[in-house]
Amino acid sequence: MTTENETKGFASLDDVIGWQTQSPLARILSKQSFWVFIAAVIACIALSLATDSFASSQNLFNITRNFAFVAIVALGMTIVIISGGIDLSVGSTLCLSAMVLAILMNAGNPLWLAALAAIGAALIVGLVNGLLIAYLRIPPFVVTLGMLSLARSAAMVLSDNKMVFQFGPDEEQLFWLGGGSTWGIAHPVIALTLLAVGTGLVLRWTRWGTHVFAMGSNEKATNLTGINVRGLKVSVYMCSAFFAGVAGVLEAGWLGGVTTNLGQSLELSVIAASVIGGANLMGGAGTVFGSVVGAALIEVIRNSLILLGISTFWQGAFVGSFIILAVAFDRIRALRDESR
Amino acid sequence: MSVLRLEGISKHFGAIQALEDVSLSLAPGEVLGLMGDNGAGKSTLVKIIAGNYRPSDGRIYIAGDKKDFHRPVEARESGIEIVYQDLALCDNLTAATNVFLGRELTRSFGPLRIMHYSAMNAVAAKLFKELKSETRPKDLVRDMSGGQRQAVAIARTRLAKAKIVLMDEPTAAISVRQVAEVLNLIRELKRQQIAVILISHRMPDVFAVADRITVLRRGRKVADKPTTDTSPEEITGLITGAIDAA
Repeated sequence: MTTENETKGFASLDDVIGWQTQSPLARILSKQSFWVFIAAVIACIALSLATDSFASSQNLFNITRNFAFVAIVALGMTIVIISGGIDLSVGSTLCLSAMVLAILMNAGNPLWLAALAAIGAALIVGLVNGLLIAYLRIPPFVVTLGMLSLARSAAMVLSDNKMVFQFGPDEEQLFWLGGGSTWGIAHPVIALTLLAVGTGLVLRWTRWGTHVFAMGSNEKATNLTGINVRGLKVSVYMCSAFFAGVAGVLEAGWLGGVTTNLGQSLELSVIAASVIGGANLMGGAGTVFGSVVGAALIEVIRNSLILLGISTFWQGAFVGSFIILAVAFDRIRALRDESR
Repeated sequence: MSVLRLEGISKHFGAIQALEDVSLSLAPGEVLGLMGDNGAGKSTLVKIIAGNYRPSDGRIYIAGDKKDFHRPVEARESGIEIVYQDLALCDNLTAATNVFLGRELTRSFGPLRIMHYSAMNAVAAKLFKELKSETRPKDLVRDMSGGQRQAVAIARTRLAKAKIVLMDEPTAAISVRQVAEVLNLIRELKRQQIAVILISHRMPDVFAVADRITVLRRGRKVADKPTTDTSPEEITGLITGAIDAA
């Protein structure tokens, strides 16, 4: 009996250290992004059965292209939210980027130069956000709220508040980039896929990604380990601005014209997508997969209301309920864990 | 030879004299209990050793070499590590990632450097085993007990090859069973010839692990005795001032 106890009844320290508390399956089941994904899949199946038009290739093409812009911006927002911040200026940054592109192309510059300048303008917005937040310690909410106003105003000043719809010699290329498709997949969706995979890998496999998660969870501790927290913050806001800039270039190509109200109140859909996908506004949690699925779910809801003949005025009610529901589930699970 | 020696350390903030002529020395593998009432100068002394403050007067020697720390990172490079009261861990990361935070192991992946999780998990597992702690490298710190969190914080100091570990109230906010775990961690550090300065209000904990007890009162050192030569009653008297000095 004693020998059996020694071999079976007690685990050695090596065994215990080697164990993992959560099985991989339990880990997946505990992820909010997984359940939002399931919700989106169920919604899609229900809509395919309820309507003839939902599962048509044209409608699916439209849905994926429509949510791609929000999802691309949400990638950057997710990084900012993981780091413990918020970026309200993404809609205006997108507009500024598109406007810089439009004005330069309208003046006869080639696409590549205009696109670089557009993304450069967005990066400057991100740099200013990051420097003010990291070095002057102004709360991100305030800095990016100010920038929301500033960047859009800059776009208005640059364009004299006129719509730009002529893009010079490279017009066809721009429309192909933002509005075209390859193998039946809209180009913004291809861009989203590449950017999402890249962002996911960077967050998971680089020191930078780990540091972003660490800063969002415990900024003081991260600073004590010698990590350059200020530089990290600046890089995070530049990241968010970069994604908004890229989305601005693509959206200009899709719409075929740029006005100064482009991307207005986009920040709210983007934050909604991130939060529905499991990003925690307190920082330290969020996934690329979740924010893409969150953006998709919002678009599926919008699309289904139209297909089902329900007034689109209801869209806000559904999206709002989803935001609260998603966070409520997370809270309920946290409360259950605490009482355990 | 002493691993740490302080000579005549004084510190004043304007007119306030926080420390006055404090000297002490610490041998490798020695556990020093640093005791005193609130405002006695314990945290000022610890901050001077850790490089947060520069002393107004006095000298610091690490392994016989005179040091003048301007920044905490310089103290860390000399082998001094601090375990903070709140442990300074990131809840959302695994134990191994916390141990390596800021000095992650990477491997090359094509032209890129990517995180080498398996190597970090293996090293962390080895460190936890050395500390005889049932802490699993791949678990999230969020799911850990107070004792396991202490093990993670202490494993960080082991990774840095620290020779002196300063522990600020490590047993203040945890359960009785976890206190025993933490005291065992301190004994493991001692066994590996690491000097520990334990700042604590909890008399039983200090008497359980400390080789020597130093008492500060109003910025002055009033006692420095081997634990075996004193008693909780005497230390209490020294802390409150009922006993002038010993």
